[in-house]
Amino acid sequence: MTRYSAWSLLRAGLSGQRTWTPAWRDAKPKKSYEAVIIGGGGHGLATAYYLASKHGLRDIAVLERGWIGGGNTGRNTTVIRSNYFFPESTRFYDFSLSLYEDLSRELNYNIMFSRRGMWSFAHDRHGVEMLRRSANAMRLNGADAEYHEADEVFRRIPGLNPSPRFPILAGLLQPRGGTARHDAVAWGYARAADSLGVDIIQNCEVTGFDIRDGRIRGLETSLGDIAVERVGLAVAGHSSVMAARAGFRLPIVSYALQAFVSEPMKPVLDTVVLAPSTGTYLSQSDKGEIVVGSALDLFPSYAQRGSLPVLEHTAAGLIDLFPHFSRVRLLRQWAGIVDVVQDSTPILGESPVKGLYLNCGWGTGGFKAIPGGGFCFAHNIATGEAHPLAAAFSLDRFRTGALIDEAAASGIAH
Amino acid sequence: MSGYRLDHGGDIDRTRPLTFHWEGKSYSGFSGDTLASALLASGVRMVGRSFKYHRPRGLIGAGLDEPNAIVQLEQGAQTIPNLKAPYVELYEGLSADPVNAWPSLGFDLLAVNGLLKRFIPAAFYYKTFMWPDWLLFEPAIRKAAGLGTSPALPDPDVYAQTSAHTDVLVVGGGIAGLSAALYAAQAGKTVMLVTGGAHWGGRLAGTSDTIEGKPARVWIEDTLRTLAAMPNVTLKARTLATGHYDHGMVSLCERLTDHLPLEQRSGPRQRLWRVRADDLILASGAIERPLVFRGNDRPGVMLAGAARAYLHRYGVIAGRQVVVATNNDSAWQAAFDLAEAGARLVAIVDARNDPSAALLDRARSLGIPVHTGMAPAAARGGRSLRGVRIGRVSREGRIEGATQTLRCDTLLVSGGWNPAVHLHSHGAGRLTLDTNLQSFTPIAAAGHRSVGGAAGDFAPAAPIPALWSISETGEPDPEAWVDFQNDVTAGDIALAARENFRSVEHLKRYTTLGMASDQGKTSNVSGIGILGTLLDRPMQAIGTTKFRPPYDPTPFGVFAGHRVGEGLRPRRRLAFHDWHSENGASLDEYGGWMRPAAYPRAGESEEDAVRREVLAVRAGVGLFEASPLGKIEVKGPDAAAFLDRMYVNTISTLNVGRCRYAIMLTENGTVFDDGVVTRLGEDHFLVGTTSGHAGAIAEALREWLQCEWTTMQVLVEDVTTCWAVANIAGPKARDVLAALEPDVDISGAAFPHMSARTGHVCGLPARIARVSFTGELSYEIAVPWRDAGALWTALVEAGAPYGLTPFGVEALMTMRIEKGFLHVGSDTDGATLPQDIGFGGIMRKKTQDFVGRRSSLRSDGLRADRRSLVGLEVTDGNPAPLTTGAHVLPATAAAPQPGEGWVTSSTWSPTLEAPLALALVERGQDRMGDTVRVWDLGTWREARITGLCRYDPEGARLDA
Repeated sequence: MTRYSAWSLLRAGLSGQRTWTPAWRDAKPKKSYEAVIIGGGGHGLATAYYLASKHGLRDIAVLERGWIGGGNTGRNTTVIRSNYFFPESTRFYDFSLSLYEDLSRELNYNIMFSRRGMWSFAHDRHGVEMLRRSANAMRLNGADAEYHEADEVFRRIPGLNPSPRFPILAGLLQPRGGTARHDAVAWGYARAADSLGVDIIQNCEVTGFDIRDGRIRGLETSLGDIAVERVGLAVAGHSSVMAARAGFRLPIVSYALQAFVSEPMKPVLDTVVLAPSTGTYLSQSDKGEIVVGSALDLFPSYAQRGSLPVLEHTAAGLIDLFPHFSRVRLLRQWAGIVDVVQDSTPILGESPVKGLYLNCGWGTGGFKAIPGGGFCFAHNIATGEAHPLAAAFSLDRFRTGALIDEAAASGIAH
Repeated sequence: MSGYRLDHGGDIDRTRPLTFHWEGKSYSGFSGDTLASALLASGVRMVGRSFKYHRPRGLIGAGLDEPNAIVQLEQGAQTIPNLKAPYVELYEGLSADPVNAWPSLGFDLLAVNGLLKRFIPAAFYYKTFMWPDWLLFEPAIRKAAGLGTSPALPDPDVYAQTSAHTDVLVVGGGIAGLSAALYAAQAGKTVMLVTGGAHWGGRLAGTSDTIEGKPARVWIEDTLRTLAAMPNVTLKARTLATGHYDHGMVSLCERLTDHLPLEQRSGPRQRLWRVRADDLILASGAIERPLVFRGNDRPGVMLAGAARAYLHRYGVIAGRQVVVATNNDSAWQAAFDLAEAGARLVAIVDARNDPSAALLDRARSLGIPVHTGMAPAAARGGRSLRGVRIGRVSREGRIEGATQTLRCDTLLVSGGWNPAVHLHSHGAGRLTLDTNLQSFTPIAAAGHRSVGGAAGDFAPAAPIPALWSISETGEPDPEAWVDFQNDVTAGDIALAARENFRSVEHLKRYTTLGMASDQGKTSNVSGIGILGTLLDRPMQAIGTTKFRPPYDPTPFGVFAGHRVGEGLRPRRRLAFHDWHSENGASLDEYGGWMRPAAYPRAGESEEDAVRREVLAVRAGVGLFEASPLGKIEVKGPDAAAFLDRMYVNTISTLNVGRCRYAIMLTENGTVFDDGVVTRLGEDHFLVGTTSGHAGAIAEALREWLQCEWTTMQVLVEDVTTCWAVANIAGPKARDVLAALEPDVDISGAAFPHMSARTGHVCGLPARIARVSFTGELSYEIAVPWRDAGALWTALVEAGAPYGLTPFGVEALMTMRIEKGFLHVGSDTDGATLPQDIGFGGIMRKKTQDFVGRRSSLRSDGLRADRRSLVGLEVTDGNPAPLTTGAHVLPATAAAPQPGEGWVTSSTWSPTLEAPLALALVERGQDRMGDTVRVWDLGTWREARITGLCRYDPEGARLDA
């Protein structure tokens, strides 16, 4: 790996960019590994990186059915925030956010974390109370949160519709929230993990699990069998499919979540905005596109395609907030498949199969959790013990009822 | 200056000249022109700057494939960024400006990026700007990025939406589309034929190519006339098929007024069509590929097919000294047409060694020099093309041996054609590589098929040789453009491959190839070809990136349609809305309904009004409209058993005519809703719900019946808006009711609290329930919605002697807090179990199973330290109510720390003359009398935990 520095950039510029080497090697699977991560998305790659960098494991492979970062890591609207209600959530997501804050330098890869703040609004009396409740919870649980009356919201967000159908009565700002370049997160972790010896194996599908006496012993893949006794499953969108191959069920329903971008324009929106009224959230990418999303396609699906009704709903939500975007044109719509669990809180930890660990159930909010999720997941795989920040996210909570229902509690579409 | 207009030909009206403005200067064109054709005819060569290096650019295409001529149309509220000039129809007074150039197109300061090009290739930003922090660089990068400028004013236009069903939808108005439509129409099908542009006939429009023995322009006119006369055919020009969705849904965007002068526009600007067709025929044609060689982005390099289109549609000659460079036959026709129209053809340069004799003969007869086995090595010139250096080209695209320079102002190129498979692919259709065409063609799919150019049906006489990238070094050239708009060069593709971004999706994302506003129409396949060559893998194995809607950028406004302003969600009005308005109510939206918050009198604040209203109810009688309360009829032999399964409470033991307050859980055991269930008959119940939840509860009841308990005989009907409900509450409520001469016995003994009667009130059929959310004697009188006015008038009249006082939602909320009645959604959330709100005992006693029982009794539900709902009494002497949403901390807390709960409801109690609150607090029910601290955004309060009910705890007033 060529380290990125002023020197290496200068050298490349003078040599016609010929000095660069692969950001990660195309590894061939070995017969056995100390640990294997299934799923080369952000979570899987981050897990491998932290296993190698924090826990000293070197004999690790990441198996990816397609191309790395090709699932929800490369399909989301890139919002990073920790504006959650319950302390378990806030602590975890705030930790993840704090890892993001220094991630470019840690990985030597510019993931373009843009700390531009994230707003959510209250539209009625009850909404104001809930927003206040959230602001207080965030602050008491250690995250940053500012509660602002409507005047201040409008002052800080030029162009916001002064008389939307759903009035904006108050705003909750998380100043440390923002966006990042989603692909770069996957590539940055891949490159850093590769440099620590992790084998990243693309176009390798896991077709079966070798489970004996309730313990994982190996994997069957499209590129041959692999003996391994520690396996992390990080395949958002297809977690239930892979769980079925391993012989157990997960309390997950998979839905398509769409995202939309406009054509690129000069800077017009400098923050991230969420309006619970319609579920619409948006920001402007560094390239200049308005990136917008809203609701799930409310029927289970594994097809990563967009649909017209949600586009119509999202366009309406966007225009209610910023009427001048009506003439701006949609460039592209797409969808990712998200794992939805009952309480909008991830599943991170042991599975019913010993040695097989789960990283799933992120719903619509997995991107912001990549560093934290990978960090805690690596801890779990390396030590066999849940990381304290993720202990509450066990699969066991569906048995005990210790649900952490963020969607219901914070009024935010997760 | 190079392009010019002929005095004949083209589908323009030379008798109707139009004046337009480009970059502040006036030009003229003709009716029928596009902005692109008019600029070309006016000799304007440079029309834009590229995204990254701000390189000067000219027109390349004549349609939606155009990557360079991106314009900002009009100013102010009318402005639209990033339109493609070949798709902007000219109208009188049109005003357009280039984008992404400052201070001007001619002198653009950021053109300095082009000088730094070797240091800022694709993806350079991932390798830098991280020290000390990206935030220091981001503002400048953002400013440099982006193309046009967003409108700053609300859209003055409106947009329409409609749906259509048709036997056959034909997308594309070229020869293939017209033929397919005619064929289907003659077979008796209903046919909808749409074309994106204003012209019919596609690439052959205006040409003298022969179709069925007729010149193309004659055939097109005849066919259109035939189709227009058929009653089963709908023809729509200016209607672009934008997307193809699951189950055959196709979206169309019809442009209704964009081609008219601003002052002549009226009505909707555009219309969204949602079309379902039994048969979808995609006749969307093909898109020409440029050749990739050094300097191929100089203004003056244009696609050969585009030059032909400008000639035949608009009577415009693209240049005065023209060289044609190609690897296939189609560009020769452009050369011949231009030569015949009077342009000077400097040469035809064909990479093939053996073009057909027919072509060579024709060129000879027109006096056009031909160079075979050669290709352009480099275009020369700066802001305008001055010449092209050509040389012998190997099969791998390497220029070998000596080169020669041909002077020219225009270079027409063709690297082959790509079928426009976009809609085929949106609909999950698959593609295969046609090695004769060197392009991806559609594989037949269920429900839709491609015809004509879209199916690759332009088979050349001989296979087209792959010529993905031409260079003198044999390596992909960093000065040879693939994606013009996003400034991705052949060298960038090599860089991506070198760094292992070898999946076609990685290539796209790493270099931004194909991510521009044309979504790679002219660049994607070339990029795949170059990558395939570099990796020595067949293009089929590399595959394409996903095609995504829309085919061309489409305004958000047309997708929103009528859902703007009030149309986004019409507000629901109460039955007595006008009376409330006329009597001073301050209306606010609660759960979609406009309801009186209070009825402040002149000089009264809302707080004053609430206080007055509460005291009036407590001392006399008040009037409240309760129409939005959910009302669901549940009827049938199994109704009672069904409701037993749905509610925590047992419903089957309820006597006819009696009411029961009951709560319903989700499958997770959390509190879903509460309300009063009334037994109207043995098999007939009226389920009351909270106002906001009526629809959701009706849906939930139906879901259980339809999906789980399919044999139960129960009907569910949501009748919320069939009945208008007036609530009279207060010690004198019975007197007011009596004055309405009900035909049922309303004495306390005959009509006790929590019972209901059906009868008449002031002659109107009515359901009367004696239930209370205020803590006072209270009746809810429901009459058919149409009778609302009569009831209300009678009530106001009958109540006058008793001082009947209208009260709003806020007074009601204050009174229910005084009583400690919970409000689902405020005092409960997605984590609240029945035992947290005092329903543990009822649950334990019930022997039958019900929805949520198992879940609520899991181990976490039995934890002793759960949060439970309690009252809070303020102990710090501050008369201000606690803030709802403030958090509860231990009495010992000296600094902010994670709390033990939060305030769920809070008010000033006029009755008790004290601030009161409800809160969910850890172990709350076990901590009666404990003091706690309450924290709200940095301010501290003190409070004591109390029981929920602070007013008439014995309920004597309810039973009065």
